[in-house]
Amino acid sequence: MSEVKKFMFVNRKAPYGTIYALESLEVVLITAAFDQDVSLMFLDDGVYQLKKGQQTKGIETKNFSPAYRALEDYDVEKLYVDKESMDARGLTEEDFLVDVTVLSRAEMGALMDEQDVVLSF
Amino acid sequence: MLHIVNKSPLTSSTLESCLNTATGGDILLIEDGVYAVTRGNAVESKLRAAMGKFRVHVLVPDLEARGLGDRLVEGVLPVDYAGFVELAASNKTCQSWL
Repeated sequence: MSEVKKFMFVNRKAPYGTIYALESLEVVLITAAFDQDVSLMFLDDGVYQLKKGQQTKGIETKNFSPAYRALEDYDVEKLYVDKESMDARGLTEEDFLVDVTVLSRAEMGALMDEQDVVLSF
Repeated sequence: MLHIVNKSPLTSSTLESCLNTATGGDILLIEDGVYAVTRGNAVESKLRAAMGKFRVHVLVPDLEARGLGDRLVEGVLPVDYAGFVELAASNKTCQSWL
């Protein structure tokens, strides 16, 4: 296999209202299967994807949030959340269903610059 | 009349357009619009101010899907799908702020 590349997935959409969050997760899993260096970034409404306690029975839609907890089984362990986005939505680290690293906007930007591939959702 | 908002207030300006345009009556928040009525978010004060002028409703299944059933701003009126139909039927007109 060719050299490992740094892939970043930038997640900016809330779950369920649009298909972006679910589609991103699908591509993350595909990428991880190819043994690449995968990072996930959650900013703006994307931070809502990680909210604990999602109950989708009432909207008759698949609850895909448990899949974020399975990411570590695929060696996807770099999850970054933007502090500003989290604060503006009244959320704290305790609200998330997985362990994340909370970064400032500037740190998020710097991390983006380090990547070989950036995928936007 | 009934105003329906289905976009997140922090990503889209539709809630703001609705609040700036509508003169009163019912507002129903559905889909990603439900984030507007969760405690601690950046538009909470604007929402609370609007509650003096409008009856603000939220579609509970959409709130629960997003894991925010326990964060509802007090005074917002929860409705189920039957309540959604009742609001649509009891108002003469309806504007969806898409």
